[in-house]
Amino acid sequence: MKYIEEFRDQTTGQKLAAVIAQEVQEGREYRFMEFCGGHTHAIFRFGLPDILPTNIRMIHGPGCPVCVLPMSRIDQAIAFAKLPNVTLCCYGDMMRVPGGQRTSLIKAKAEGADVKMVLSPHDALTFAQENPHREVVFFAIGFETTTPPTAVILKQAAQLGLKNFSVSCNHVLTPPALKWLLDSCTSEQGDTPPLDGFVGPSHVSAIIGTKPYEIASRDYGKPVVITGFEPLDVLQAILMLVRQVNAGESKVENEYSRAVTQDGNIKAQKLMHEVFDLRDSFEWRGLGVIPHSALKIRESYATYDAERRYDVPVTAPQENPACQCPAILRGAKEPYDCKLFGKVCTPDNPMGACMVSSEGGCAAAYSYGRKRLKEAS
Amino acid sequence: MKLDLEKGRVDLTHGSGGRAMHDLISNLFAKHFDNPLLAEGNDQAICKIPESYGSNPCLSVSTDSFVISPLFFPGGNIGNLAVHGTVNDVALAGAKPLWLTAGFILEEGFPLVDLTKIVASMAQAAQEADVQIVTGDTKVVPKGKADGLFINTTGVGVVLVDPLPSVRQIEVGDAIIINGPIGDHAVAIMAARENLKFDEELLSDCASLNGLIEAMVQSGTVIHAMRDPTRGGLSATLNEMATSAKVGIHLDEAAIPVRPAVKGVCEILGLDPLNLANEGKLIAFCPQDQAEPLLQAMRAHPLGCEAVVIGHTTDNPHCFVEMKTKLGGVRMVDWLTGDQLPRIC
Repeated sequence: MKYIEEFRDQTTGQKLAAVIAQEVQEGREYRFMEFCGGHTHAIFRFGLPDILPTNIRMIHGPGCPVCVLPMSRIDQAIAFAKLPNVTLCCYGDMMRVPGGQRTSLIKAKAEGADVKMVLSPHDALTFAQENPHREVVFFAIGFETTTPPTAVILKQAAQLGLKNFSVSCNHVLTPPALKWLLDSCTSEQGDTPPLDGFVGPSHVSAIIGTKPYEIASRDYGKPVVITGFEPLDVLQAILMLVRQVNAGESKVENEYSRAVTQDGNIKAQKLMHEVFDLRDSFEWRGLGVIPHSALKIRESYATYDAERRYDVPVTAPQENPACQCPAILRGAKEPYDCKLFGKVCTPDNPMGACMVSSEGGCAAAYSYGRKRLKEAS
Repeated sequence: MKLDLEKGRVDLTHGSGGRAMHDLISNLFAKHFDNPLLAEGNDQAICKIPESYGSNPCLSVSTDSFVISPLFFPGGNIGNLAVHGTVNDVALAGAKPLWLTAGFILEEGFPLVDLTKIVASMAQAAQEADVQIVTGDTKVVPKGKADGLFINTTGVGVVLVDPLPSVRQIEVGDAIIINGPIGDHAVAIMAARENLKFDEELLSDCASLNGLIEAMVQSGTVIHAMRDPTRGGLSATLNEMATSAKVGIHLDEAAIPVRPAVKGVCEILGLDPLNLANEGKLIAFCPQDQAEPLLQAMRAHPLGCEAVVIGHTTDNPHCFVEMKTKLGGVRMVDWLTGDQLPRIC
C-alpha cells in the first residue's frame, strides 16, 4: 500500500510546523475545531500538539459516529440481538459501548445474544444469504461516509427478495450538526468561547463535497479547511486556517483535493436519497436532539427496516449528571476539566460520549495524552 | 468495564491479552492460587527442586492453550503454533526446553485427515525445536461444544543462566531490542478469516525461538529480561513489563519494524500495529553497553537477522510507555481493554 509514509514525513512535518509557528500572531489564541473523530485520533496518535505552537488550541468535535449514538439506540441494538432467531451484525467498535443498563453488545453476547462483528455491510448481507433460517439485522451507524454502502445493501436485499434481512438505521448527517455547533458556539448566553475555524471532514466530504460547509463561512464567518486524515494533511489545514484568520477571511478551502470535489460523489448522494429519508429529529449523545440531522429508511424499503419489523421497547436512559461531554463537544471544556475523566470514566468503563470510542476526544486524551494530565498534577 | 465476580460473566475481552484479561487473572486466578512462584508474574515458573531431593538444576515450566480460528493459516496451523508458543514461553527465562505435554479436546465430527495434518506438523515443529512430546491426553466433546479442536501444551526446560532473565532485573536506561517486524501473525490470521488478499503473500511469523534464545544467552551478554509480545502485541507486553519492573518505557516509532502489508491492513481497518499479536518475536531488555554485542549475536541467527533497538527504559514515576512519533511528538502507548476492534472510519 503506497502513500502512507509520504504523508507522515518528519522533515516536511517539521517544516510545516515551523511555518505555522512563524505565521501565528503573538498574543492571540487560535481555536480550531476538528469536526471528525478521525482527525482527533490522528492529532493524538502522531503527537501533533507537541510540535504546534502553544497558542493553537485544537477542540475535538462531535464527528465520531460511535460517540454520538445515544444510549437508547445501543439498548435497542441489544434488544434486537436478544430476540429469538435474530443475529445482529455490527461494526467492531460498537461492541463494547455501554448502553443505559451499563451492558454492551459484547456482554449481551456473553449472555447468549447472537452478535456478529462485520467489516462491511456487505458481510451482513452475505451472512443473511448463507443463513436463510436466521433473521439478520444490520446495525447501521455512521455519517455520510458509511451511508452509501448501507444504501447499496438495502437495494441488493430488495433485488434478491431476501426475507430474513433488515437494517436498523442510525445514520446521521454532518451539516445539521455543524450548524448546531455554530449556533451554540455563537450564542451570547453560551459558555463557549468563539471558534476561529474548522478542520473539515475527510471521508464525509468525499461524499457530500465542499458546498455544504459554505453555511459556516458565509453565514457565520468561520473559515473551513477540508483535509485528509494524515498528519501532514492536518498540519497543512492548520496553516491554511491560520492564514485565513490572519487575513480576516472566511472561506471553504479544500486541502484534500486528492479525494474531495466541490460537488462530491453525486452517484452516492442519489443512492442515499433513493433509499433514505430525513428524520424529523434525532438525539445526538452529548449534543441533544437536533432537527433533521439523521436518516430513516424510506417507505418503499419498509420491509427491510428493523425498527418497523420488530417491536422492541424504546428506553430513555439518563446520562451521569457530572459528565461534561456536552461542554467538551462544544469546546467549552477540556477532557481534563471533567471530574469523572480518568477516574470513574476510562476507556475500560466509559461514562460519556467522548470516552466510548478511541476517536472520542476524552478517549484519545486518555489513551495517548494521559501523561500531560499527570505532569500537570 | 470493572470485573464483577458476583453478577458478571466471562466475555471475549477476558481472553484477549489486554487489561480485562489481566484483571481476571490478578483478581481471580492469582488470588486463589497465590504462591511465591506464581507471584513472580512471568510467563513461566522457575521451579527449583528442593535440595532434599538432591542437587538439581532449576526447571522452567509453562503452559498454554490454543483455540485459534482458522485452524490452518498462512505460515502455520494450530499444531505447530501449540509447540512454538509453549517452547517460547519456557525458553524466554533463559532455559532450554526439553519436554512437552499435549492435551487435545476434539469436537465430534472433526475430520481425521485434518487431525493428521495438525499432529504431523506438531511433530515436525517439536523435532525442529529439539523437544519431545512425552505425554498427552485426548478428550472428545459432542458436536457444537468445541470449535473443531483445542490443544493445550505444557513445556518443561532446564534453566541455562544465572541470574535468570526476569522483569525484576530491568533497570532504568536498559535498551529494548526486538528480533524483527511486528504484526505479521495477527494480519495473516485476519487475512485468512476475512479473505483479504495482498500483492505479496504475508505469512504468520510463528516460530520456536529457543535456538535464537540459546544463541543470545551463550553470547555471554547480560540480558535483564525477555518476553514474547503475543496477544495484545507490543503495547500490552511492554505495559505489563513496565508496571512489573516499575520503570517507564520510551519507544522510537521510526525504529519499530512493520512490513508494508501489515501497515496497509492497519490503515484500511483502523488498527494499530503495536496492538497486533506476534508468535515468533521476542523483546529483550539489556544494559545499554550490551545492546551492540547482543544485536550481533541475534543477527547471526536466522530468526534474529532483523533485530533492532526500538527504545529504552526511563524513570517515569507512572510507569508510562511513551513513544516518540515519526512527526516528532510524544504520545502514550496504552494497552487495550480487550481485542483491538476495527474502527468504523
